[in-house]
Amino acid sequence: MHVTAPVREPLVTNGKTIKDVTQDISRHVEAKPNPLWMFAMAVSLALLTVGTYAIYRTVWDGIGMWGLNKTVGWAWDITNFVWWVGIGHAGTLISAVLLLFRQKWRTSINRAAEAMTIFAVICALIFPLLHTGRPWLSLYWLFPLPNTWGSLWVNFNSPLLWDVFAVSTYFTVSLVFWYIGLIPDFATIRNRATGKIPKAVYGALSLGWTGGAKAWQRYESVSLILAGLATPLVLSVHTIVSMDFATSVIPGWHTTIFPPYFVAGAIFSGFAMVLTLMIITRKVYKLEDYITITHIELMNIIIMVTGSIVGIAYITELFVAWYSGVEYEQYAFLNRATGPYWWAYATMMTCNVISPQLFWFKKIRTSIVATFILSIIVNIGMWFERFVIIVTSLHRDYVPSSWVMFSPTIYDVGVYIFTFGLFFTLFFLFAKFFPVINMAEVKSVLKSSSATEQQNH
Amino acid sequence: MKENKKRYWKGLEQLANDPEFIKKNQNEFADYLPINSNKGNGGEGGPNRRDFLKMMGFGLAAASLAACEAPVKYAIPYLNKPIDVDPSLVNYYASTYAMEGGFCSIVVRNREGRPIKIEGNNFSNITRGGTSAQVEASVLDLYDNSRFRGPLISGEPAEWPEVDKGVMAGLERARNVKVVSNTVYSPSTKAAIEEFASRYNAEHIMYDAHSSYALIKAHEDTFSVPAIPSYDFTKADVIVSFGADFLGTWISPVEFNKQYAKTRKLGPEKRVMSRHYQFESVLTITGANADYRTPIRPSQEAEAVAALYKMIVQRDAGTAAAEFKYLEKAAKDLLKNRGRGLVVSSSNHIVVQRLVNAINVALDNYGRGKAVDITRPAFYRQGNDRQMTQFVAQAVAGEVDAVVFMDCNPVYDFAGGEALGEALRAGKIKTSVSTAMKMDETAALCTYIAPQHYYLEAWNDYEPRKNNFYVAQPTIRPLFLTRQVQESLLLWAGLPTVNYYDFMRARWKEAFFPLQTEIADFDLFWDAVLYTGVFIPGVPLDLDPKADLRYETAATVEDETGALTPIFSADTDADLAAVPRAVNVAPGQHELVIYEKVGIGTGRHAGNPWLQELPDPISRVTWDNYLTIPMALAKELGLEMEYNETKKVKLTVGDQTVVLPAVIQPGQAVGTVGIAMGYGRSNVGVVADKIGINAYPFIRIEEGVLKYFVPEGVKIEATDEHYALAQTQTHDTYMGRATVIQEATLQEYQQDPKAGRFEPMIATSEGPIAPDKLSLWDGHLYPNHHWAMVIDLNSCTGCNACVISCQTENNIPVVGRQEVLNRREMHWIRIDRYYSAKTEAEMNEMELNMLEDKQLELASANPDVVFQPMLCQHCNNAPCETVCPVAATTHSSEGLNMMTYNRCVGTRYCANNCPYKVRRFNWFKYHDNAEFADVNPAMNYDLGKMVLNPDVTVRARGVMEKCTFCVQRIQEGKLEAKRENRRPKDGEIITACAKACPADAIVFGDINNPDSQIVRLLKAEEQGRAYNVLTEIGTRPNIFYLTKIRNVDLDLEGEEVVTA
Repeated sequence: MHVTAPVREPLVTNGKTIKDVTQDISRHVEAKPNPLWMFAMAVSLALLTVGTYAIYRTVWDGIGMWGLNKTVGWAWDITNFVWWVGIGHAGTLISAVLLLFRQKWRTSINRAAEAMTIFAVICALIFPLLHTGRPWLSLYWLFPLPNTWGSLWVNFNSPLLWDVFAVSTYFTVSLVFWYIGLIPDFATIRNRATGKIPKAVYGALSLGWTGGAKAWQRYESVSLILAGLATPLVLSVHTIVSMDFATSVIPGWHTTIFPPYFVAGAIFSGFAMVLTLMIITRKVYKLEDYITITHIELMNIIIMVTGSIVGIAYITELFVAWYSGVEYEQYAFLNRATGPYWWAYATMMTCNVISPQLFWFKKIRTSIVATFILSIIVNIGMWFERFVIIVTSLHRDYVPSSWVMFSPTIYDVGVYIFTFGLFFTLFFLFAKFFPVINMAEVKSVLKSSSATEQQNH
Repeated sequence: MKENKKRYWKGLEQLANDPEFIKKNQNEFADYLPINSNKGNGGEGGPNRRDFLKMMGFGLAAASLAACEAPVKYAIPYLNKPIDVDPSLVNYYASTYAMEGGFCSIVVRNREGRPIKIEGNNFSNITRGGTSAQVEASVLDLYDNSRFRGPLISGEPAEWPEVDKGVMAGLERARNVKVVSNTVYSPSTKAAIEEFASRYNAEHIMYDAHSSYALIKAHEDTFSVPAIPSYDFTKADVIVSFGADFLGTWISPVEFNKQYAKTRKLGPEKRVMSRHYQFESVLTITGANADYRTPIRPSQEAEAVAALYKMIVQRDAGTAAAEFKYLEKAAKDLLKNRGRGLVVSSSNHIVVQRLVNAINVALDNYGRGKAVDITRPAFYRQGNDRQMTQFVAQAVAGEVDAVVFMDCNPVYDFAGGEALGEALRAGKIKTSVSTAMKMDETAALCTYIAPQHYYLEAWNDYEPRKNNFYVAQPTIRPLFLTRQVQESLLLWAGLPTVNYYDFMRARWKEAFFPLQTEIADFDLFWDAVLYTGVFIPGVPLDLDPKADLRYETAATVEDETGALTPIFSADTDADLAAVPRAVNVAPGQHELVIYEKVGIGTGRHAGNPWLQELPDPISRVTWDNYLTIPMALAKELGLEMEYNETKKVKLTVGDQTVVLPAVIQPGQAVGTVGIAMGYGRSNVGVVADKIGINAYPFIRIEEGVLKYFVPEGVKIEATDEHYALAQTQTHDTYMGRATVIQEATLQEYQQDPKAGRFEPMIATSEGPIAPDKLSLWDGHLYPNHHWAMVIDLNSCTGCNACVISCQTENNIPVVGRQEVLNRREMHWIRIDRYYSAKTEAEMNEMELNMLEDKQLELASANPDVVFQPMLCQHCNNAPCETVCPVAATTHSSEGLNMMTYNRCVGTRYCANNCPYKVRRFNWFKYHDNAEFADVNPAMNYDLGKMVLNPDVTVRARGVMEKCTFCVQRIQEGKLEAKRENRRPKDGEIITACAKACPADAIVFGDINNPDSQIVRLLKAEEQGRAYNVLTEIGTRPNIFYLTKIRNVDLDLEGEEVVTA
């Protein structure tokens, strides 16, 4: 059982009782959707609709609707993919790694963070599929399925194939982990439900959860096992995504530093996204007592640390480019910083390296407004990081005759908008119909509610 | 035994055993249950449940089968198979391409009766198997949708008899009849025109859009031979050209490319090469290949030629010599190589051309076995500017009653065309006939259109050079109701029964057949001539192309029969006095040069989308013409080009004003601007209409002679109109990347064959090692063949013939201007053009302070140029192969990097990971797509599709493609060899690009075959000029490049050596 030193600050403030937790969290699931939610949902659906048109044109007419060309074969598509996958890192990191490290403060945020992970990975998965010239074939040709063509298999040498495995595994494990965590809470809602339909639906979703000691014991074991499984995945997914670039021959891509650098960047952007969403959620759902300033501060520290790692990686890249003596490598980085896309590089540097350093100031890292703004800036920076890596490396590589510029079309933007629409639609549905905070686990970290427990030690 | 009396029964019915039961019991199985009681009981008629199920099952199966069924396309076998048409087998027919004064002896590749590809004819003593972009592209015009389906009268479709009646009636009434054409050098056609002319007392007027009249006239004046001489660049160790773009557009570029390339070849046995000086205004591919290039204004050309003359004859040119950089050096080199030099000029000024003749005579360059030979005149340019100008004047004055425009378009492509057009429009010419095969500016104004066959549908003969006869034969039945133009003329001349084929044969039997004694039977002789396409009296009609041997024989035979060397006579002093002075260009003043582009030429091919999308070898612009302006002027106008973004400028010439985009052109002479002819066409169909600006109206006529520049009254003003040019290459320099371009000077090369080579080494624990010796991979085994290619950068002149050849062979789509703007052209082979970067001396203060890498991006104002054909390198360690997730691109056991289109899902990872950027993606569906129908007719119309190579898949949308090393040709060659139970012979299998190359810069072959040319070449160059591009990344390409060598005198610091 959970043990807390009496000197520790409580993780949940304002003396919430177990009953309060159930009330506070379930309230939103049970109440009618409020107008703000309706409005937000409408906006999300509008984005989704606009984006759907862009996708329709892309699939119907071809990838030519995008701004890609003979030299820059990937741009917004893979930028968005890596960006979303990166965002999708925080959830599993929070729930799995912090679980293993017994960081109890995670309990208030892990549910929403995991949900965000899953939705972000869904958004990310749109791109590998959609960016192919013939998505209807890549749907199944990218998997090593038995077929009637004889010994025709996928190319196991290709990092893109590793990607397929890495991301789909990550998605599956994250989804299962998230769902397992939801079961006790679904059962709580089921038990409280008055309507016939909610009773049936949440009844089904809770998979006959009884709340017996055996069930809890199994629940804990499964969580631990899944956390153990998910932890390496957190590292492997972005490692493998980075190998799409690192194993290539393109200067600016062919870099051994990519795996750790990408993972750090992913955590960086993931935490930023979690913050963006949590700050809104705690405000709208009045969950300030659950998601406290301490939570925000702790996450800001992680952002600061990972941001600094990312910054070191950028500088290391520059150093290695110079130190390697490879003229293409040198030119690639010179071109990033001073070439036609210098503004993208400058944006990346400002947002990712300079802005998180502001969190050294306690005033800033405990300020909701500053955190909110910076969390968005970080994600802008991380988008540009991927853009810089992908586009500025490709647009001027080895043979100068093929050097080109890339500029996006409205369809590039449209598909990106689609993923925003999809992400927020899913997130708002989640926020309305699912308990946004893990009630069961939060109850275990309440200080005031369980005096007997505290006396136990 | 006791009988068992026990009886068992099944039921009471059986026990009772009444008759009805017995009857029913006879049927072992019960009756079907009636499903529909209305229709009687189950036994007979009417559907029952089972029937219903059957019907439903059948219906479902039939419906789903019908849904699955592919549209039925009937393949109808031949009932009576033509003798030489076998499905899937290729036929070749020797023929001749002769349009707008061009000449190329060709072989037409036919599949199932359709011409699908033009190739060079190895039997030819002139073009020797080479082709040009225009020649290669001409096959597409056969299937041009805008061709006339039949004759027209006043724009309305008509029947041939009506047309003939109308035309003949008009001609009968006419007093003054003219036949206007471009150069005609077909003896039989001339005879037909003669028949026509004598019937109507008509005059035959020839003109050329890009005229060489002064050259012809000068030879008439100085040698009494009104023709252009035969040039032989192989005999020239020093070439000095004044504006003559002999590798691109001047007179006979295929021929000259072949010859020139020979003088630029280097190897262990030949360590010398020609030296080439070029004095020109617009940077042409010839200038780009020159060792020394001096930009001059066109009005200076005459003075430069005069100065050269003085330096050579009088040994002193005064101050003029210093004015032209390298002119003195050129003179010295010419004098040093007396009899082994060549001076040419494209000037259309007679005095200038007479001076050029005088120089060549003074240098002893004329004669048999020398670079210029007037005893064997060439006939492919005969246009007479004065006659044509006179004709236009007469037409304008209403003195011409009837004209037959024989496959020519003077309203568009003659300088006085506008006036002629006005005359036609005003009805001053009562009977006007055009034999154009598709609508053009002239035909649109003619009463009668009597469309002629396309040259691939027609018979003809040619005499491109004195006593060299070539034939053209039809390779397909005429597609439309067109008529051989000579037949029209003969018919109108009152010889209705004459068929041109018989007419021509009769003439051959009479005139040419007796010139040989080898074959006694005319029919056999005729077959032999048709087989090779060539007849040179005195040269054996050998059917085996032992090319060079034959030509040597040809030369000796001709020497014996050759006429006496004509006498040179000229009043050179008078000519020197008459040399037009150069115009002093004040600031803000410019001279306008009207030049010809390699692809579009004079505009006849403007309707050919392949040529429209062919990037200009120098500016790399497609689908447009533009004003080329020097850097200095750009600065003056405040014009900057960022990538392909430019602005339009207003060009005012006298009272003519046009607004057109400007291209800042390195190498453009200061004080000049250039505009290409051949654009701005109207009435010619969707491809070419409204593309660019028509430059012909700027051509001036002085004393009846065309002048291709305007020295005065040219004004250029900046406008604010932005314009994007569809360029395929926007970065001009190679950034000093020695691994991409490796070059050296001749002197360096002579001292060290590896001069200029960049040989990076990789440090390992065992010491430095060559990058291609170090690999993670085990490598591939090539047990049988191993295909490879060698490309000589020193021979490649950047003519782009290979690009179109590849496009034709491999069904490469045309994507149109917008998609080129989006940087999505599909060419599998491209010719990268790089300029040298600015030297420090050229830089301004700001530029001097830039980072070195930034400085390297600045192209020099008068750059050295290098061309590099770039195609899939078929890497032995291919980066594309490892990254494809679905294994759609794989390595063959013969060293090819293969694409499996069916398997490709289009991730484009391979293209990203290709260091050479040669992979092309099908961004859209380019075939059967209305969006691309206008620009890509070859994949969108039934007619256009006839040009497609049936051996090559038309790629689907979303699929990656790239050079295959013409795998279909390799397969064809291997199968051919297999059928004959032998190994493929070297040279038998050759890619389309290598076949087309008029400079023999591309050698393709099997490096597993020790006797092959490529192995010999690589062995010789292994420790010499052969290198792989980007060798340090370990891709181990199967394409080797040979370094570019410049024949310049430079010291070690790269400074010009001044020899006294």
